[in-house]
Amino acid sequence: MNSFSIQRFLAVLRKEWIQVRRDPLTLRFIIVLPLMQLFLFGYAINSDPKHLPTGVLSADHSNYARRIIAALRNSGYYDVREMSSEAEADRALADGDVLFVLNIPPNFARSVDRGESPNLLMDADATDPIAIGNATAALAGLTSVLDRDLPPSLRPNSPNPAFRFEIHARYNPEQLTILNTVPGLICIVLMFSTLFLTTLSITRERERGTMENLLAMPLRPIEVMLAKIVPYIVIGYIQILLIIATSVLVFHLPIRGSVPLLMFALFLFIASNLVLGLTISILSTNQMQALQFAQFTLLPSILISGFMFPFKGMPIWAQWAGEIFPVTHMLRIARGVLLKGNGIPDILPELWPIALFTLVIAVIALWFYRETLD
Amino acid sequence: MTGFVIDVHDLRKSFGPHVVVDHLNLQMAAGEICGFLGANGSGKTTTIRMLCGLLVPDGGNGTCLGFDLLHEPQRIRREIGYMTQRFSFYDDLTVKETLDFVAAVYQLENRDQAVADIMTQMELHGFTDRLAGQLSGGWKQRLALAACVLHQPKLLLLDEPTAGVDAAARREFWDLIHDLASEGLTVLVSTHYMDEAERCKRIVYLSNGHIITQGAPDDVRRSAHLIVFEGRGTGLDAAAHRLRHSAGVEAAAVFGGTLRAAGTDRAALQQAIASFDQAETLSWYEVEPRLEDVFIHLLTTAKAET
Repeated sequence: MNSFSIQRFLAVLRKEWIQVRRDPLTLRFIIVLPLMQLFLFGYAINSDPKHLPTGVLSADHSNYARRIIAALRNSGYYDVREMSSEAEADRALADGDVLFVLNIPPNFARSVDRGESPNLLMDADATDPIAIGNATAALAGLTSVLDRDLPPSLRPNSPNPAFRFEIHARYNPEQLTILNTVPGLICIVLMFSTLFLTTLSITRERERGTMENLLAMPLRPIEVMLAKIVPYIVIGYIQILLIIATSVLVFHLPIRGSVPLLMFALFLFIASNLVLGLTISILSTNQMQALQFAQFTLLPSILISGFMFPFKGMPIWAQWAGEIFPVTHMLRIARGVLLKGNGIPDILPELWPIALFTLVIAVIALWFYRETLD
Repeated sequence: MTGFVIDVHDLRKSFGPHVVVDHLNLQMAAGEICGFLGANGSGKTTTIRMLCGLLVPDGGNGTCLGFDLLHEPQRIRREIGYMTQRFSFYDDLTVKETLDFVAAVYQLENRDQAVADIMTQMELHGFTDRLAGQLSGGWKQRLALAACVLHQPKLLLLDEPTAGVDAAARREFWDLIHDLASEGLTVLVSTHYMDEAERCKRIVYLSNGHIITQGAPDDVRRSAHLIVFEGRGTGLDAAAHRLRHSAGVEAAAVFGGTLRAAGTDRAALQQAIASFDQAETLSWYEVEPRLEDVFIHLLTTAKAET
């Protein structure tokens, strides 16, 4: 009697499924919302972030190299730190620790002095083109920083600049904003359908008075909760597939990583949302309240997670706040797996904050849950 | 086991500073239909919710179907049928789906048979695939009742099951309740309707969380020692208005062609009426108090006490 019963769980699940199917609003939510957002957000957002983390791999320690690094700093767009090896630089770029890596080749200074206009390779993480757009544009103005130090023979009327930047856009070479938006959209839409719809489905029971009946029946809370959650997990995955399929067909989204890995990470993300949704519905007495609660968590999830505005462009305090939300981490995982081909070791640092968040919220939910009407 | 289906003592419940149920004692024998009466906010719903484990009492103790009220709410839930004041099944499920759902939740054996049987008993077959939200008030209540008794509970708790339902549907609903009771089911039903109270074997009248009076309807009527005079003639409304403010008259109300005046002090009541005799517009005669007169009387005295 006191243990979990599959039969009772299935009874509630079937009931929930009928209700979801009969609610035209839910169906519209499922199909229209993600597609609308996909096309809307794909092109809508612009920004000018500065102080982007940048690694420097320098094989040349000349004055010229130091001057160029100083010029990068002074432009305001780059926060430069030295990298010791190519492997370290690659790793940092893949994990999103840096957005740029500048390679200064050996004999760079000599090449400049000979007037050869050598190229400096600038690797850029192009998964978020907006984030790096203005920073790369600023590079064009930096090619003259060496002019005063050049040997007199090269100084006055050289047709060529002393050196050139060659920008190598990694991960998203065409710099399509849409490619950055799609992984983000997966997270946001999923949040809508799991957090919003579960929250509402529970408060709706309370508001319509049907919760009283559920409580009066020999149902365990866990049976009710699980049965309410499962339909929305199914819906969530349908939406993910819809978004990815549309993106691949219409926007030619490349899928570089493992889709099963992404689906697994999404499961953890869904869990975090569902637990949050349950907590919200436990804490609020009607749908209006629940909606406001959910809004309260949804807005920062869109604004400071790095979905809408480049994460690295935000002030430090906002970045810290952003780190709390599972969606921030899920966003990095989705971008990493889809665009960079990230594997398990790459996404591990983003997985545990989601798990921690889920755990903390679950404790709060249990603390406040009442099996009676009190 | 005390032999009572419901046996609770000193039940207390308050919400914040507001005491809703105050030291309530209630015993009910098996097979009884017990009417639960009282003004809005008198504690009927709260008491019923405590009996079925939806609310935890602040104090007191007792048993429901032999199970401890405080420690075995899960076992009580399995054996009772509780029908809420508002229709609390799903508007977007059909009649059949609702009953299937309930049957599955209670893990009934032969679920299809049980659902078919109850639909026959409640004459719901014409509405099998109708959404519950599209049923009329009377049929909705019938569906709710069917869902409550599907698992064959031993005790039925009905919280104003017929509120807002037309007279014919109410009568049919009560016929069903009597059918169920004849099969041995114990029923506690709260209501505001006097004709329904008359159909109970016993009534319990609640005010401010106390039981004011209880017993068979006839006993309750007699024990109030209420005197009622009925007057016929012209100018009834004006007379009623004047009488309401006269000493010795607790209530005066016009019913069609008659005016009923009630009070507990015979001398004072007669004196108040006598003032109208002089005008010779009304003829007065004493009548038996009706249950409604008694409840109005109980209500006003309870109000005067607080």
